[in-house]
Amino acid sequence: MSDASYLSLEKLTLAYGDSVAVANLDLDIRKGELIALLGPSGCGKTTTMRAIAGLLAVKSGHVRLDGADITRMPANKRAVGLMFQSYALFPHLSVYENVAFGLKLKGMRGTELETKVQSGLKSVGLSTFANRKPAELSGGQQQRVALARSMVMEPKVLLLDEPLSNLDARLRLEMRTELQRVQKETGVTMIFVTHDQAEALALADRIVVMKSGKIEQIGSPEDIYNRPTSSFVADFVGFENIFPLENGKMKTSAGLIDLSGKAPSAAGLAWRPRMVTLGTGPFQGTVRGTSFAGDAREYLLDTALGPIKAEVEASQPPHALGAGLTFDLPAEKAAPLSRFV
Amino acid sequence: MTARSLFIPITLLLVIAFLIGPFLIIVAASFSAGETLAFPPQGFSLRWIAKVFTVESFRASFGMSLFLAIGGTAAALVLGIPASYALSRYKLPGAEIVRTIVSAPIIVPGIIVGLALLRYIVVPFQVGITLALFLAHTALVLPYAVRVVSASLDNLRSDIEEAAVLLGSSRLGAFFRVVMPNIRGGIMSAFILGFVTSFNQVPVSLFLSGPGVRTLPVDMIAYMEIVFDPSVAALSSLLAFLSIGIVFIAERFLGFSRYV
Repeated sequence: MSDASYLSLEKLTLAYGDSVAVANLDLDIRKGELIALLGPSGCGKTTTMRAIAGLLAVKSGHVRLDGADITRMPANKRAVGLMFQSYALFPHLSVYENVAFGLKLKGMRGTELETKVQSGLKSVGLSTFANRKPAELSGGQQQRVALARSMVMEPKVLLLDEPLSNLDARLRLEMRTELQRVQKETGVTMIFVTHDQAEALALADRIVVMKSGKIEQIGSPEDIYNRPTSSFVADFVGFENIFPLENGKMKTSAGLIDLSGKAPSAAGLAWRPRMVTLGTGPFQGTVRGTSFAGDAREYLLDTALGPIKAEVEASQPPHALGAGLTFDLPAEKAAPLSRFV
Repeated sequence: MTARSLFIPITLLLVIAFLIGPFLIIVAASFSAGETLAFPPQGFSLRWIAKVFTVESFRASFGMSLFLAIGGTAAALVLGIPASYALSRYKLPGAEIVRTIVSAPIIVPGIIVGLALLRYIVVPFQVGITLALFLAHTALVLPYAVRVVSASLDNLRSDIEEAAVLLGSSRLGAFFRVVMPNIRGGIMSAFILGFVTSFNQVPVSLFLSGPGVRTLPVDMIAYMEIVFDPSVAALSSLLAFLSIGIVFIAERFLGFSRYV
């Protein structure tokens, strides 16, 4: 086992009955990494997570963890923790008993158990809630109990299913900080599943973007955000103006447009609304929609190239609906896409 | 007060009188001092209530009814809990058909169930009367067991079982550690409902009675055909209060009405 592949998925294929959910997936994860599986619903991210946990049988391929092939190992022997989206706390047990559940199954008793559970509760700031039932806690507190319950087991990998999606904005930031702290303190390898690109960008060391059961792109948050390699990823992270290239020319509804030889090797080009220059340039458009977003103003333009989304600083004078505008799509700012889907 | 505003309260009182009236008459009759079952009661005494406990056949049939109610309901739960679990947790082909079949004893009139059991099971297979009664009561209670336990299971998230497994429990262990404790109220409610249903059951038991083997309600009918004294009323009152007591305690400690 090299350090780069503490957890590795090799040609992993997963299916529900005859419908394949994940096909031939390869992924290597380093020890102590914080990985996000990002994608829209139905992309196979949750399926992949369940297979790592052992809750879903693998159709073909292998899962290796810490040097051992765990493909066929039962879920209760894997030392893989999972924090469920719904938290899945045991409603009939107190907070203390919830956290003690797995330790007791390991045969831990007496003061050793007591100490371990208390320190687990303390690490998530819930020492004083030990005797409460889950129903008496807020959502954020329940989630921290779920985190403590998984972490006291000292899992080799902790999986998190949409860890921030059920929380409001303030708690979200709190939980994000909490997860990063736990990860730093324990060095546990974490994989979380999310459909929210902001969540993935903020939390992960590396992001795995998935689509239709395949990996679309793997990279650092900066890579994913600034250098998407496919039209799907570009669209997913907010590049809303995407065009395919043909022989170095941009293919639009107005025909092929020469971008004077820039980025000729790419299969497509993508611009964020903010990268579109308004008021100057070779193209003509009409304002069809406009919306104010605090520090910025967004425009939807009807153009010969198709609809274009542009965004300018709110301090700029506004353009009225129906106004004609010139604009430019600067090729040097565009993200070159190697795959156009 | 106009006639219109009186209409609803009066209707309500009549309905209540209709529902509870016969019961009150029976209760009053059981305290009668007279020799025959009559209303209004002649005088007041506890002699008929005392007599109930001295009738030999009542004691035997009470024992039988108790055995059937407890044993039949327990058996129905042993079958019904796993069945409910399977119906609620897995997408089984034909699950709806199974649900319907399991509910059949509620829908089909007891007379038919009893006759069918007698004609096609008891007689051809020479099944003993006690065993036949036990099977019949198990089948009668099963729909209630499945329905009430299923309702509890449907309200319980299934991911807690996966959470238990990932914390080191086996699948079966997860069922006993996290599913059973959370549906305990439903199971207790199903038991009480099953017990009362079985205990008060007449039509099926009517067909499945033999020499010395009778359930209490059937025995009471047989007794009444021969002796027309108030002891049957006294026994009815005692049984009614027993049922009311059980349901009251269940409601008090389990919130029975949540499950039924």
